[in-house]
Amino acid sequence: MQIYLPIAEVSVNAFLLLGLGGLVGILSGMFGVGGGFLMTPLLFFIGIPPAVAVATEANQIVASSFSGVLAHFKRKTVDLKMGTVLLVGGLAGAALGVVVFNYLKSIGQVDLLVRLCYVAFLGVVGALMFIESLNAIRKSRKAGGSPPAARRQRTWVHALPFKMRFRTSGLYISVIPPLIVGVLVGILAAIMGVGGGFIMVPAMIYILGMPTKVVVGTSLFQIIFVTGFTTMLHATTNYTVDIVLAVLLLIGGVVGAQIGTRIGVKMKAEQLRILLALMVLAVCGKLALDLLLQPVELYSLGVAGGH
Amino acid sequence: MRGLAILFFLLLPGLSAGEEVVLGLSRDKVSITTSFDGSEILIFGAVKRESPIPDGEPLEVLITVAGPSQPVTVRRKDRWFGIWVNADAVEVDRAPSFYAVATTAPVPEVLTNTEDLRHKITIDRAIRSVGAPGTVSDAASFTEAIIRIRRANGLYQLLEGQVVLDQQTLFRTAIKMPANLTEGFYATRIFLTRGGQVVSSYETAIDVRKVGLERWLFGLSREQPMLYGLMSLAIAIAAGWGASAVFRLLRN
Repeated sequence: MQIYLPIAEVSVNAFLLLGLGGLVGILSGMFGVGGGFLMTPLLFFIGIPPAVAVATEANQIVASSFSGVLAHFKRKTVDLKMGTVLLVGGLAGAALGVVVFNYLKSIGQVDLLVRLCYVAFLGVVGALMFIESLNAIRKSRKAGGSPPAARRQRTWVHALPFKMRFRTSGLYISVIPPLIVGVLVGILAAIMGVGGGFIMVPAMIYILGMPTKVVVGTSLFQIIFVTGFTTMLHATTNYTVDIVLAVLLLIGGVVGAQIGTRIGVKMKAEQLRILLALMVLAVCGKLALDLLLQPVELYSLGVAGGH
Repeated sequence: MRGLAILFFLLLPGLSAGEEVVLGLSRDKVSITTSFDGSEILIFGAVKRESPIPDGEPLEVLITVAGPSQPVTVRRKDRWFGIWVNADAVEVDRAPSFYAVATTAPVPEVLTNTEDLRHKITIDRAIRSVGAPGTVSDAASFTEAIIRIRRANGLYQLLEGQVVLDQQTLFRTAIKMPANLTEGFYATRIFLTRGGQVVSSYETAIDVRKVGLERWLFGLSREQPMLYGLMSLAIAIAAGWGASAVFRLLRN
């Protein structure tokens, strides 16, 4: 069944969109990731204009994170104070990201920026995950014991001024590192149409030293507001949020996530992570090839004036 | 000699006004709905005459359908540190968003260059390019790129020999419009030619519009972007929540 998307102005198969949403949903359920970083490139591949893909994906992430954060609120695993500090940084970052996005759009380089960001981040994250899970598998074969718990060290993070107490996380640290993390994730959200969980979760654990149990809930809390803000910015300055596209992806995504969670329970964590790493690297490779190989059509058409 | 000239002038109006187009369209409105997947328009008509069919050159028919013209920025990629990025850009002043030319025979046989230039019938004539920036030396290749890309997308069509003409009187053709149409009035022109000269022409318009939900959403996103953004967020959250609630219910 073909469906005409009013903002993207292309006609695509509704079942393809539901299927894509479902597929990414299964993966995000299996691996516990948002899936935005896989969905946005997949939307490029099926011919959705990158600007629409990025803005719509931000909208979809708000919705898919919403039910997640409710569950975390029930379990009291959201550090509201830390979330708010991250959020302040995130909003500033998102605003900055959209300004950069719009400027590059006006000079015709936005596709390049989005693709380059994807190649860089997917490449780094995919490679790190791949190496880490290979090591984990090797270790578990050798010893079979649990890996030693990471010791919390006093680093440069503890030497900065403007200290604040974060009760839920049990931390007394400067507000500067969480603000910077927030800004970076906000920029990524605006430019790449991702929640940024795959950057923020490691940053919260390794840089801020937050306990793992509050990390996911707090990052979801921050992501909802930052991607919501990004959605509003894209909707009001670029008019690129396609609600029909978002709803179709979302319905597929929610159903897929439920199935994925059940598959995930039956598989081993290291195997899951190696699979995810390979998939991330495959998407990254495809995007990189598009940039490196001479395109069949050197010319492209755009609306004059950039708007 | 003078008699001949008078005879000629007497004949001339008879020749041009003697053949007129009576037109029919299978539809004069194309509605872009949620399930829109392109459209086919049947254009048919008859040549009305007061006198018998003139001898000599046979009658030929050209039909053009042109979407709204807009300025287009054409960008060309170039290799830059090993990757392909947009480098040069040329702004083309006017290029129709859709253009189809259907004829009874190959264009050179049915239309002279001068007549083409005067009525801007073929695709090349319908596009107007303005001066390219000094850094670009081959501006023509950018105009060619528009034609090539849009032809590949089915937006520009040259349908030579696709107009069927019966008894030099009844003609018909079908024009396929793809799904990625721009809204607006699509000027539809019919030219009758003899020996490459236009003897009669007729013009009408096909209205292409988003309707219903498409119209409403598109309008809202442009006129009330703030409201549209908030609505998108609310709908997406409700849909996500609803879908997971339904799934939970199904499981229990």
